[in-house]
Amino acid sequence: MSNQTITRAQLSEAVYQEVGLSRNESADLLESVLAMITDALAKDETVKISSFGSFSVRSKGQRIGRNPKTGEEVPILPRKVLVFRPSQVMKARINAKRSPGSAA
Amino acid sequence: MTKSELIQRLAEANPHLYLRDVERIVTTIFDEITDALASGDRVELRGFGAFSVKERGSRTGRNPRTGDSVDVPSKFIPYFKTGKQLREKLNTHG
Repeated sequence: MSNQTITRAQLSEAVYQEVGLSRNESADLLESVLAMITDALAKDETVKISSFGSFSVRSKGQRIGRNPKTGEEVPILPRKVLVFRPSQVMKARINAKRSPGSAA
Repeated sequence: MTKSELIQRLAEANPHLYLRDVERIVTTIFDEITDALASGDRVELRGFGAFSVKERGSRTGRNPRTGDSVDVPSKFIPYFKTGKQLREKLNTHG
């Protein structure tokens, strides 16, 4: 268990190692992938990445919330939220390496 | 949009790359995220979101058909928190 935080830097480094492109271009390609996913989601499209998971947009209706400090009622406007559902493959991989008693 | 459509769009935007390489790039990105989560790391992509793993404790469940109680062992669940910019993009309409 390493408990590190991986960022764009490590992901684009992995792309750089995998394909013989420059570091700059590798970083740009990672950015393009994220931008394409974002654009699809902004159009309410579901994004399905096999063996990884799917991202979908869910619309939430208006509801009454409350300011916890003042107790005042405030309407929470209708909005869209993103839901990520991990694939079975991802869930299995995460549990295979981490479960106690697994041979690793 | 599926993974193959994403690969197609990326290939169209980068006509100087071999399709095979575009496939490897996309696969590498998602594999790296999965590998990181599998080894207990979190993945933070500013503006997009963050992937992390949460442990769900063991519990006693029931077989819905027979009503027998069954021990459900603890397991790790991948979790995604949407980034601020992405969340704002979902809620802007032009």
